[in-house]
Amino acid sequence: MKPVYIAGAGMTKFGRAEWSLIRLASEASRSALHHAALGEIPVDGVIVANMGAARVNKQTALGSALVDQLALYPAMAEAVENGPASGASAFKVGCQAIASGMADVVLVTGVERMRVVNGLEGTDFVASLSHPEVEYIYGVTLPSLAGMFARLVMDRFGVERKHLAMVAIKNHLNATRNPYAHIQQAVTMEGILTAPEAIVNNPPIAEPLHMFDCCPVSDGAAAVVLVSEEIISKLAGPPVRVAGIGQATDTHAVHEREDPTDLKAVRLASEKAFSMAGLTPADVDVAELHDAFTILEIAESEAAGFFGHGEGHLALERGETALDGRLPINPSGGLKAKGHPVGATGVAQLVELTWQLRGEAEGRQVKDAEIAYACNFGGFGNNVVATVLRREAR
Amino acid sequence: MAHISELEASLRPPAMEMPPYPPKVITLASGEKMVVRQVERDEIPTLLEAIYPLLWVERDFYDIVAARLFGELLAYKRYRVKDEYVLAGLIDGVLAGMVNGRLVDAKTGMSYHTLTIRRGLRVGSHLFAAKMEYHVEHCGQEEILIVAESPIGFRRWMIEYPLEKRFEVQHELGGVPSWVLPKETYYKAKPRLVAGTRPVPEELLASAETIVLPEEELVVRQVAGEKEGET
Repeated sequence: MKPVYIAGAGMTKFGRAEWSLIRLASEASRSALHHAALGEIPVDGVIVANMGAARVNKQTALGSALVDQLALYPAMAEAVENGPASGASAFKVGCQAIASGMADVVLVTGVERMRVVNGLEGTDFVASLSHPEVEYIYGVTLPSLAGMFARLVMDRFGVERKHLAMVAIKNHLNATRNPYAHIQQAVTMEGILTAPEAIVNNPPIAEPLHMFDCCPVSDGAAAVVLVSEEIISKLAGPPVRVAGIGQATDTHAVHEREDPTDLKAVRLASEKAFSMAGLTPADVDVAELHDAFTILEIAESEAAGFFGHGEGHLALERGETALDGRLPINPSGGLKAKGHPVGATGVAQLVELTWQLRGEAEGRQVKDAEIAYACNFGGFGNNVVATVLRREAR
Repeated sequence: MAHISELEASLRPPAMEMPPYPPKVITLASGEKMVVRQVERDEIPTLLEAIYPLLWVERDFYDIVAARLFGELLAYKRYRVKDEYVLAGLIDGVLAGMVNGRLVDAKTGMSYHTLTIRRGLRVGSHLFAAKMEYHVEHCGQEEILIVAESPIGFRRWMIEYPLEKRFEVQHELGGVPSWVLPKETYYKAKPRLVAGTRPVPEELLASAETIVLPEEELVVRQVAGEKEGET
């Protein structure tokens, strides 16, 4: 396979957008293309990641629409839908196009505009990724699955609500340093857990998960420009190489898993990505995990191999995952505070890590970051894409 | 009360005796302490100044809420509304939000508006709850008539409490079919929606004595939302 590099990255501020879906996608794309500074080098392909536009925005064929909006004809164009892992899936398809020699420059853009519907409809739309016959028809939603998962993990490994709150506090603090984050508001243990008012400030959503354990519903877009080795050699800026990608799946219905607390797809996808990169979890300097719910950051940090099974919350307690810790996790604020426009999320994780590796993450920069890892968690862990990026010397 | 002319007296609605709202302090999710206290007539111009820039903010119906609230507060200041009260939430003295309403009669209250300046910390929700607390627990009323002018308000009041329909009653805010919070529902909702402690420590109370207006940049960021699409 030919090597693949990220030459540029950009995104819109996450939150509630007034712009159209394609306007969001095009703004993020323009930003990434500007960052890549391709000059006269043409874009060979455009891949758009999205989960719900057909349903909530009544729009399909997003790849063609984005090519038209950016006047990138006659670039190849397509859209990828893989639930909340759509972003990293689209990234993987883009990498395959470069690695196979089919293309030299591919724009990968993730976009979602889900705040056009109310909260109930939005929750129902996301729940449509669950098993239709044994989960969805019984009213299962993603918060309810995460609540049951959290209960199991808490019972088995001694994770407490204070640990969940610690994830929220850390990621909200990181988001105050990220101008692209949806929620730039720090929260405290007193305000969301220990004060008598905490029950009002932080009401239950799906016990034991409360409001500050859940990501917000966000609109937004993120984009990266992938290029071949030949192209990266012509561009300025630190080369960020896609060192490894792994993808793995698990049973659709969560209850069919032998051990539902074992995020097997995260583990297998990560092992593949690290193997491809010739690296180990111990080599990673910074990570973006899919913390749609606070419990997932803890569980994924274990399944990815950073900490032992059942030990993620202990590392969190020791401050190892803080911005100034041994392994900063979610310096962007994560899905928890940066936001979670589902189709854009996987790409946004890679945007953040690209900026981190290039030393461009400003107030949240992880010092001397060279190796980065991302976990984009689809379904409720039934389709996961893990990516390892590496900054190379020019 | 200062001497007023006979004509002026005839223009003013007759007033009922209204109990004061005892201040309380609420710890927000951020850990900040918000003092909720009653606003006096002579403080109304400060609130009007805070509301003024919001008259043209369409997002989340701030324009209609701001315009109506501006009129209601002016009417309160100039004695042209019957039995109105105003509460404000202050963080380090800085205005975070305000609510108002009035007593229709001894048993029935009417909620007017809830306007949040500091968003994202359930300030509006806390202040609305304080308003309900005033009607039920301090004025001893049986029910409060309520409408929402934005989807956010509908979620916060109609769904969260939940309110009951009283559609045969036209609310004073535009003649919209009214909803009602009966006293019993208030007490059921109180453990999960009504927060705060009394008495407020002296130092905190002193910090809330003078209403400080937030910086306009903060108002724009918190209320109107940042300009999207920053790349």
